[in-house]
Amino acid sequence: MALRGDWVYENNGGTCVAIAGADYTVVAADTRLSVGYSIYTREFSKICTLADKCVLASSGFQGDMKALQKNLCARHLIYQHQQNKKMSCPAMAQHLSNTLYYKRFFPYYTFNILGGLDNEGKGCVYTYDAVGSYERVGYSCQGTGGTLIMPVLDNQLKSPSPLLLAARDAVTPLSESEAVDLVKDVFASATERDIYTGDKLEIIIVNAAGIRREFIDLRKD
Amino acid sequence: MFRNQYDTDVTTWSPAGRLFQVEYAMEAVKQGSAAIGLRSATHIVLATVNKATSELSSHQKKIFKVDDHIGVAIAGLTADGRVLSRYLRNECINHSFVYESPLPISRLVIQLADKAQVCTQRSWKRPYGVGLLVAGLDETGAHLYYNCPSGSYFEFQSIAIGSRSQAAKTYLERRFEGFEKYSREELIKDGLFAIKETLQGEKLTSAICTVAIVGVGEPFHVIDQQTIERVIESLDIGDEDAPPPAVAESAADEPTASQEPGTAPMDI
Repeated sequence: MALRGDWVYENNGGTCVAIAGADYTVVAADTRLSVGYSIYTREFSKICTLADKCVLASSGFQGDMKALQKNLCARHLIYQHQQNKKMSCPAMAQHLSNTLYYKRFFPYYTFNILGGLDNEGKGCVYTYDAVGSYERVGYSCQGTGGTLIMPVLDNQLKSPSPLLLAARDAVTPLSESEAVDLVKDVFASATERDIYTGDKLEIIIVNAAGIRREFIDLRKD
Repeated sequence: MFRNQYDTDVTTWSPAGRLFQVEYAMEAVKQGSAAIGLRSATHIVLATVNKATSELSSHQKKIFKVDDHIGVAIAGLTADGRVLSRYLRNECINHSFVYESPLPISRLVIQLADKAQVCTQRSWKRPYGVGLLVAGLDETGAHLYYNCPSGSYFEFQSIAIGSRSQAAKTYLERRFEGFEKYSREELIKDGLFAIKETLQGEKLTSAICTVAIVGVGEPFHVIDQQTIERVIESLDIGDEDAPPPAVAESAADEPTASQEPGTAPMDI
């Protein structure tokens, strides 16, 4: 690959998805780390639990992913010391945006999705670009397989146009198990066509009972 | 000792080789309300007396969590203590960030002592007016240190600082030889007994003291009021000078209710 002599980034691939439900959020990412046409490892977790109701999934450059996660964890500790409580998901969302924009002129090469429960216990998903522009949505996907998955999620989850129906919460009416099944299906599809997605799928479900983790095998080619 | 011509600057030695400003700073520690610490092989307990300036106000926070494996109790100028706790927390976070492992407590107290020493050798600064009991776990086991404003630090099996701490020290000196083998419940009990000594007749309730513990498999945390109240109940039953019996875990084993007013009702 012809790259500039000073090119400091690398795309390690991977895909993340998150879906917000009425009282749960599903966050999922594959576990493959690649570079070019090679695989670094099949067992790399792209998901980081920042607080007990807040989970971050990132894809992109692994060095920046790790640095960003560590940064957020350290700042979260400081927050806990000062405020005597854990950060809520909306607070972490704003904080992540600020952290990303802080490096506007030497960005974290990460495409992030933050998922968790908001202050009322409803599922929330925040989606980011590399420099911190963010939005609360009902579902999102980032990474190399994102363009393959997004139309499917739109088809399944998108609420009707606000012109037809009054705008309401973008949260899906699906049940938790239906959302998890949908995630497995979209990842299986993305794995077929995206070379950077595959090996294993890590699914995290955040609900009032806490955080649960599942692993599903994906195609290894 | 006081009011002489060598005590204006911290950077002025007295002819006898003393730095009076540093010694005055140690006096500030003695004015603060009591803080005690005691450790066993696996746990360390910190306990402080909550003194409020008036009945209308809340009491000062004297116990700070520094990291999962380290906590401090302070006596003296609580503002200085708060600032130093912030420094300690930052140091722990930075170390964890860089080395992905908890900062060993022996390193932390040296950094704290060095920070205190700086203030004893700059003409535009003053020493910190707070003594810190630093309790923590690392690979070498449980440790309890005392950091003073002079920049020295010492390791202790148990220690009491602050006002009327001599009574607690006497109590601890009588019993410290057994501490190494104590269970965490026995440590808490003896900690409360020591606090009781500093109260000099005032009633010991869970509102007047704060107790925190850190140990193997147990991150640093302040013990909640109800648990402390239950332990206090069991203390008052026994003879004051007799060794307190080992406390059973479940509340069902607690002895019958005492007649003291204002204490939590218990199961009989």
